[in-house]
Amino acid sequence: MKLFYTLIPLAPLIAAIVTGLFGRRIGRVNAHRVTIAGVAFSLALSVYAFFHVVVGGAAPYNETLYTWLISGNIKFEIGFLVDNLTVMMLLVVNFVSLMVHIYTIGYMHDDDGYQRFFCYISLFTFSMLMLVMSNNFLQLFFGWEAVGTVSYLLIGFYYKKETAIFANMKAFLVNRVGDFGFVLGIAGIVMYTNSLAYTDAFAAAPGLVGQTMNIVGSYEWDVLTVLCILLFIGAMGKSAQAPLHVWLPDSMEGPTPISALIHAATMVTAGIFMVSRMSPMFELSETALSFILIIGSFTAFFMGLIGMVQNDIKRVVAYSTLSQLGYMTVALGVSAYSAAMFHLMTHAFFKALLFLAAGSVIMAMHHEQDIRKMGGLRKKMPITYWTCLIGTLALIGFPAFSGFFSKDIIIEAVHMSTLPGASIAFWAVLGGVFVTAFYSFRLFFLVFHGKPRMDQETFDHAHESPRVVTIPLILLAIPSVIIGLLTVSAVVFGDYFKGIIDVLPAHDVLGKLGENYHGPWQFVIHAFQTPAVYIAFAGFATAFLFYMIAPSIPAMLDSKLGFLRRILENKYGFDDFNQAVFARGSVRLGHQLWEKGDMKIIDGALVNGTANSVGFFAGIARHLQSGMLFHYAFAMILGLLAMLSWFLFV
Amino acid sequence: MSFPLLSLTIWLPILAGFLIIALGDGPARKLAAATSVLTMLVSLPLYFGFDSSTAAMQFTETVAWLPSFDINYAIGVDGISMPLIILTTLINVIVVISAWDVIKDRPAMYLGAFSIMTGLMIGVFSALDAILFYIFFEATLIPMFLIIGIWGGPRRVYATVKFFLYTFLGSVFMLIALIYMYQQGGTFSILAMHELPLNKDQQFWIFLAFLAAFAVKIPMWPVHTWLPDAHVEAPTAGSAVLAAIMLKMGGYGFLRFSLPVTPDASGFMDTFMIVISLVAIVYIGFVALAQRDMKKLIAYSSISHMGFVTLGIFIAFRLIAKGDDAGVALGLEGAIIQMVSHGFISAAMFLCVGVMYDRIHSREIADYGGVINTMPIFAAFMVFFAMANAGLPGTSGFVGEFMVILASFKANFWIAFLAASTLILGAAYTLWMVKRVIMGPIGNDKVAALTDINPREFWMLAILAIFVLLIGVWPNVIGSVMHASIENLVQHISTSKY
Repeated sequence: MKLFYTLIPLAPLIAAIVTGLFGRRIGRVNAHRVTIAGVAFSLALSVYAFFHVVVGGAAPYNETLYTWLISGNIKFEIGFLVDNLTVMMLLVVNFVSLMVHIYTIGYMHDDDGYQRFFCYISLFTFSMLMLVMSNNFLQLFFGWEAVGTVSYLLIGFYYKKETAIFANMKAFLVNRVGDFGFVLGIAGIVMYTNSLAYTDAFAAAPGLVGQTMNIVGSYEWDVLTVLCILLFIGAMGKSAQAPLHVWLPDSMEGPTPISALIHAATMVTAGIFMVSRMSPMFELSETALSFILIIGSFTAFFMGLIGMVQNDIKRVVAYSTLSQLGYMTVALGVSAYSAAMFHLMTHAFFKALLFLAAGSVIMAMHHEQDIRKMGGLRKKMPITYWTCLIGTLALIGFPAFSGFFSKDIIIEAVHMSTLPGASIAFWAVLGGVFVTAFYSFRLFFLVFHGKPRMDQETFDHAHESPRVVTIPLILLAIPSVIIGLLTVSAVVFGDYFKGIIDVLPAHDVLGKLGENYHGPWQFVIHAFQTPAVYIAFAGFATAFLFYMIAPSIPAMLDSKLGFLRRILENKYGFDDFNQAVFARGSVRLGHQLWEKGDMKIIDGALVNGTANSVGFFAGIARHLQSGMLFHYAFAMILGLLAMLSWFLFV
Repeated sequence: MSFPLLSLTIWLPILAGFLIIALGDGPARKLAAATSVLTMLVSLPLYFGFDSSTAAMQFTETVAWLPSFDINYAIGVDGISMPLIILTTLINVIVVISAWDVIKDRPAMYLGAFSIMTGLMIGVFSALDAILFYIFFEATLIPMFLIIGIWGGPRRVYATVKFFLYTFLGSVFMLIALIYMYQQGGTFSILAMHELPLNKDQQFWIFLAFLAAFAVKIPMWPVHTWLPDAHVEAPTAGSAVLAAIMLKMGGYGFLRFSLPVTPDASGFMDTFMIVISLVAIVYIGFVALAQRDMKKLIAYSSISHMGFVTLGIFIAFRLIAKGDDAGVALGLEGAIIQMVSHGFISAAMFLCVGVMYDRIHSREIADYGGVINTMPIFAAFMVFFAMANAGLPGTSGFVGEFMVILASFKANFWIAFLAASTLILGAAYTLWMVKRVIMGPIGNDKVAALTDINPREFWMLAILAIFVLLIGVWPNVIGSVMHASIENLVQHISTSKY
């Protein structure tokens, strides 16, 4: 099986190398053929892995591919762990990636960087697959940073755009802040377990309970809490949790297909995946779980609020992604790891769908992204319209759609939890439901309904996108509707994650929920006795009222509550603060250290003071230019020998 | 006596260097190219024929030189020096490629000086006699002094004098220490000095003398200010060799002399050494952020990266105190891998700047912008090496830093915390430079007129990229050869000399 599993990440890598090195020579068509073949092959293998591992019940595969390095009794290895959790990620990543590859043929049709783009997205697929298939922290970190790098390259894809090259640097640096914590977390694990392998770390984790370490003063910190929080800081960077969320909205500078693939469906969920993978460790620290819960609920609610005032079609979806990632994080916090993974999966489908639909609209509008300049596109773009509606319904949790199951379970799980902070988190996720429904339908109505607000010519020329674009939309719409219904019983309430995700009995909120679970349809019916469905409807109704019936209301509210809008538009001031304090502050500090420390004190006072014999040496140096190189070199060697002899004989 | 392979590696480039100068500019390029490739090929058996199971010196040669003072021409390699020798011969090939048609002024002397310097540097890494080491160590200054002094920029006199005085003053103290030890033990054999019993005071002063030499060379904060000036004034290949190899003499010196000769003093001074290593990583990281000159920025980045070398070396004593010998090995091996990796990456970064400098004759960041528009292939290399410089996993830049951070965490959380800040700072100064130089719309007419790299420049950078990737994907290629030597060193330094 080694060769088999190695081929899964290798196929997209080979495709990326071929297009990267020979892109110009093989031409556009061959570039997309090669990369699509690579991902399709990888998907086919993943499907086989699904039947082998999940259906066939084969034991998890956990083998070393090669030894990267041996040092200090630690084996650094590259290897694969393929179990049910990995298989789920393999299917999601490869499926969405394939859809995005196909979609790109249409979206990037007129772009000069066509081959480069295909090279990058295949390279991304490789990196993401390495990340999810890893059986150790080293490879995890490799994949973690590699996806970040490709994301950097793709956000800055339009390298002439000042905003794009600012956004990609910002994304990379903010992620590095997260990775700073992550690498320390890994170092801590190595310190306490002397190994980088997951299995060793999980085996050692129970033994660490109650152990403490000194960090500040004499206060004893719980080792597991410190390690888990450090690892989670990495997840906060990658999965864009406040306050490290600031890079994600700006990442929308990249072309839309990668917003769907990287900044919605796959890379940003790496943090969620990582914490789920590490559940045997996180489970043992309630403090870390509470921390996760608070961060997640803050992100889920407050980032959603910002989405309500955005006018850029992609940014609305981006804030929605932040908010949904917050939901997943909340689920992690209450130990509902399976629910987080379940929401990760459903979200991957419907959010990729929403982004690709947005891209389809953007193409029709000739790269106009302001929803205030859209409207009335329903008749023009029927496939985009209907698929976008499906995505929106899935996102807001319309009963029986995929997002409904995953989100409702998270809300119920938080409700059940007794962890400190769970009661606040419950209100945050419940409030988030209203917010989500509101901004989703605000977007939907402004884009597709009402009177067209673009100029007549654009409207006349607006048309449905080509088939390479609409087919991926349809193929993503199908799982957005049914995947929840099909899999909820197994993934959340069944034993899909048995032996992979370990939950202590005291934290087992999903187990408790499962006691009253009797199939998905009964779950749908039961949901009508809980508030979430009605709150979602209220959000929809409000958007309908504001943007379909009485468009004067938003303007009226704005005149009264303008200060609230400004707070939201300033994104609570995170960006300004970071820019002023961290970015400009660091550069200013650098200048101070350089000018005062290096130039004034070290060079000015110490060095040049000592070396006022410069004039003497300059005299010698002048001879150099006269070409008497040998004389000089000879003189130096003689001098050296003279000194040597002096030391030796005296 | 077996075939004198190591001597051949040392003397072939030195003698050929003189020949290149003697024969003049006509055949200089071809001769230099042949020499560098031949030297590299001759050095390869050192790697492939290396017995990694033993800590003993290999490929040894001993010839009596000044028997009355027990000075011998004694050379040999172990797992610590061998990777650095291979690095040196590889970089020498790159240097010849880089200078091929760029140096118009006295190319024979230029290429000859580099060839001689290569041999001398290999001599430094293989000397087993202290006087021989010292002579090689000092002799490398001469060609570098000339390279900067003749082919350097406008402020070359200031830079060369500063470079020379700094490094020469530092190594004079080392010479005194070596002679003192000769008086104590009656031999200049380095391996014998390792066993020389020295009391606390003796060790302390000897340690300081070595520190003066090696701290300047590597360089450590606060004796680092010669490096940015030297780099700025040096011609491209000079910068590349300076950063890639000459700095490593400092790190090598710590491993070959300071640690084994004065283990107790090194342990006694470890807090001081760790602190200034961390200052190098953090302080210099911020200083790099403020640079306007690309070469200065990379020079400061080098100092910061060398902070990881000294940190990896001196963290050892904290871990010995904890009884964690495995952690000690991790830190020391991390330091060596960091040196080798930095050799490739810093050379590549300086050559990248050189590629642009050859076209526009400016190193100022502000004079560029949007280079990617006119030089897309070059831009791809530059971004790749920048990522390696920022320590991206999968490139060699990650390996050493990661190992040193892992070792530091075992010693103390805050040491690791400060060291890991390089993840943010290193990425910040490198990528910000990339943003201002490479990305964006075309900055000015000069950038608009740029032409992309030619095949010579392409292969020069491609070879370096291959090594950066190779070490990043499979560091065991270097790691495996040094275990025995490092284990031996760990054993040695964890036993007190008194």
